[in-house]
Formats: sequence, structure tokens, C-alpha cells
Amino acid sequence: MSTVVNITAAAPAKSRFDVARIRNDFPILQQRVNGKPLVYLDNAATTQKPQVVLDALQRYYTTINSNVHRGVHTLSVQATAEYEASRERVRRFLNAEKVEEIVFVRGATEGINLVAHSFGKRFINAGDVVLISGMEHHSNIVPWQMVCEERGAVLRVIPINDDGEIELDEYRRLLDGKTKIVSLTHVSNALGTVNPIQEMVLLAHERGIPVCIDGAQAAPHLRVDVRDLDCDFYVFSSHKMYGPTGIGAVYGKITWLEQMPPYQGGGDMIKAVTFEKTTYNDLPYKFEAGTPNIADTIGFGAAIDYLMKLDAKAVEEYERELLGYATDALSSMGGIKIIGTARQKVGVISFVVDGVHAHDVGTILDSEGIAIRTGHHCAMPVMERFGVPATARASFALYNTREEVDALVHGLRRVREVFH
Amino acid sequence: MSELKTLYQELILDHNKNPRNYRTMEDADRTVEGYNPLCGDRYTIYVKVEGDVIKDVSFTGSGCAISKASASVMSSVVKGKTRAEVEALFDTFHKLVTGELHGEEHLEELGKLAAFSGVSEFPARVKCASLAWHALKSAVEAKDVAVSTE
Repeated sequence: MSTVVNITAAAPAKSRFDVARIRNDFPILQQRVNGKPLVYLDNAATTQKPQVVLDALQRYYTTINSNVHRGVHTLSVQATAEYEASRERVRRFLNAEKVEEIVFVRGATEGINLVAHSFGKRFINAGDVVLISGMEHHSNIVPWQMVCEERGAVLRVIPINDDGEIELDEYRRLLDGKTKIVSLTHVSNALGTVNPIQEMVLLAHERGIPVCIDGAQAAPHLRVDVRDLDCDFYVFSSHKMYGPTGIGAVYGKITWLEQMPPYQGGGDMIKAVTFEKTTYNDLPYKFEAGTPNIADTIGFGAAIDYLMKLDAKAVEEYERELLGYATDALSSMGGIKIIGTARQKVGVISFVVDGVHAHDVGTILDSEGIAIRTGHHCAMPVMERFGVPATARASFALYNTREEVDALVHGLRRVREVFH
Repeated sequence: MSELKTLYQELILDHNKNPRNYRTMEDADRTVEGYNPLCGDRYTIYVKVEGDVIKDVSFTGSGCAISKASASVMSSVVKGKTRAEVEALFDTFHKLVTGELHGEEHLEELGKLAAFSGVSEFPARVKCASLAWHALKSAVEAKDVAVSTE
């Protein structure tokens, strides 16, 4: 059996980014799984959390736990201040203009449901078209299908090419007078493709069509500037960018959010209630019914702080180098086919091993301490487009290393040995 | 490593590579589809029944090594058995892969099925091993429907 670490290949990348120091921030990475050092390559599913995020959660519950926006007592005032400080952090992270444009939700899925249902109720009518792409996660397909069914509208799909890139000519053709909204992923969770969002938003806006962006896979890897992108909505999840699960945000241009009806009814989203009539609260509270997920929102803020303290350019460069290294390593193995070969990619390598089902690949890698995702990645239409029932997916975060890629290659050799 | 060897035993690898009874059956009495949406395993099980006896079983489809080998081994061990015998065998097999019984104590009853004893160490793979069996069960119960392990 060959050794895991290839000394030449593991030479440190020339970067201002110190991955060893970063890894020390993530306690979970220090453990062994199945007797081997944990190699966590399932970051597109969820990322690990740095100590500062864990501390923020602990500190909230041990010192200021109380409800927000209601109490006059000290703890409630503190909890409200921290909760709202997280909203300001999200605003800054996205470079949104106003804090009123940031709505907290459970995650990107709930965010898309909010946009789809609320926007749909106000703006989508019978015969209208909702346009999505062929590389969407189920969470950017199903909510729109539901709205289309409800409103008598039609869901159309922009095709993707063999590399897993959107066919822009088809996109231009599909942007017609009937299209009421375009909803697109910024980065594909199954393929890693980075879509030309700015250009696509521009094309839609030329025809007066708003665009919603699913940023769940982009936010952890790219600098997102919603004013620069000029998108109308941007949704993303905390847990895919080093924050807690159960919290995410919707950015919406204030002109849209003002016109849209509430998504859910309850406390916190009202100004006054009588049995005859309710006056809704101002933005963003109109969209935040009930006691919110206070602790995780504060943890989300801590994750944003953690990311924003890093040199974003150095992180991007490091991740790009690592993806290139991994792509080369897997391509040169032979017998491995990479699904998703777009020119612009981040974070994800989906692949199939000749003659071995993804599920078996996953089990064998797991026995080597390597965590990857196997299956359809909640993107069954993508699997169908590429004619595979499932793929194995290695997805990377800023704490992954070349040594871990080497371990993956070693693990894939084990897969070959078992299935010779 | 040893757990992995227990899972991918030679018999399983062999049945995955060269699945037995892998063919469509034009004159099947029952055809049932088994599908695991979680991993995309999808099989069609064909059954010929005569009275109470399973005369022939074949299958087509694709999936992981565990699910394919399980369908293959199953197709070769249930031929000639009565419905009740098949159900009892599935019950024993299910207990084996979920770790409720030890394979070595039931070798005679299990025969080739004992090769799947390693599955119990991999809870995520129990569904793979039992997919074809679930399909067969609903076939002999005369349910012409798609079966899903999710």
C-alpha cells in the first residue's frame, strides 16, 4: 500500500493564506474517523463551524437569552441589539444598501419559498412564465412549480451544455414578454459552475424582468455584492458558510419587498391587530413572523465576522488553487470522469468512477476517514442531463488542504483495489 | 478495513460483476419496480408464480454493488420456494442486515445470504441490501406498484 502523503505534491501553495492556522479554528477537524484523520470534503452539504461561532452560541444562551423586539428588560434589550447587529453584518457582507432589505429565514430553501410565494401572489398570473435553469437544486425548482400550479403559470428551463454551463443564447430567447421572474443559482451545488449572474441580470433587466439568485453555494466562496450584481433578490444559508444551521437570509430590493405581501402571519410581523384588520409591520419585520431563531442568527453574525476578517482575495486564490490541484489529481488517475467542467467553477468536483457506483465509492472512502457526498445532490434533473443516476462529490472549504486531496486520491485507489 | 472486507465479500463483488438472472422476463406474472430515490438505485423485479410457488425470478436495473448483488443472490435463492417461505427468508435476511441476528448462527437457513452479514456495520447501506427484497415481497403479495425504500 502506498503512503497517503506525496511529499512533492504536498508542497505548500504560494499564498498569503495560512491554512494550518485556519484549521486550528475548527475543533471538529482535529478528530479521527474510522481510525484515520478526518478528511471532510462534504462542504457543499454543510461546512464545519469555527470556535468563534460555537462561542457566540454558548455566550448567547449563558448570558443574554431572552426574546427580541418585545421586552423592556435588560436581557431582551441586549438580545435585540445582537440580533439586529447580525442583520447589519449580513447587509455589510452583501453590500446591500439598507438593513431593511435583509430578512432572516431558516435557510436558502425557506428564502426561495418566501420569494416565490410572496412575489407570486402579487405578480404572477395565469399564462405567465417563471424561468429557471437546468442546473437548479430542488429548492429552486419545487417552490416555483408550486407557485406556477397555484397561479396557472408555466415553468420554463434554460438548458445547460455538456460542460454544465448555461446556454446564454437560449436564455436570451426565453426572456420574452411573458416571463415574470428569473430564478437562478449563482453556483451549482452539483457541478460547481459559477454562472455569469451579472450579465444574466443585465439581460433580464433590459426586458424589465426581476432576477432572484440562489446564493447558497456562492456565499462561502465568492465575494457577493448585490448592488454590483444588481439582482432583485439574493438568498443564502448560514450553515454553508461556517455558521449554524437553521438560519439564512433573503436580500430583496426594497421596492419589491414593499409591494410584496407577508409570507407568514403571526407575532412580530404586525403593528396592530384587531379581529377586523391587521396592520403589518415595517420592513423587514413584515416577513419575520414569530420568535426568530435568535441564537443562530447571532452565530451567523459571528461566522460573517470570521469570514470578513480574512483576506477575501487570498481565500479565493487559495480555494482556486486547491480546486485546480484536485481537478488535476482526479483527472490524471484515469477511470474517473468529472461531471461539470465549466470554465468558471468553485468548490465542487462531481465525478463517477468507472464501473463503481457512487454509493460504494462513498462507503469505501468513509472507511478511510474521508467524507464526501454521494447521490443526486438534490438536483435530479442535473443527473438526468448527464445520464448518471448519481455522482460522488468532493466539495471544498477554506480549511481543506492538498494533503487531503492526496488522501482522496489514495482512497480512490482503494476503491479500485476493492472493485479491481 | 476489516469491516470493509466483510461488506464487500467476494460473493458480493462477484454477483455485482456478473449478476445472475439479469434479464427481462416477457411472460412474467408480476413486475414490480424498486426505487431508492436517495441513491438512485432502480430495479425491476420479474416474478413467475405457479399456485403458491415462485417458479422464476429475474431482474434488470442499476444501482450500487450491494443492491445489485442482493437482487442477484435473491433471484437465485427464492426459486421454487413458497410465498410463505420467501417471506420468512426476507424476515431473516432483514434481521441479518440490521444486526438483529448473527449470521454464523443461522448459516444453514441463510446459505449465500450470509454474505450480507457485513451490511449491519453500515446502517446507511441497509436500504441498498433490502431494496430488491421489498420489491419481491410486494410482487408476491400481488401489488403491481412501484416500491420505494424512502
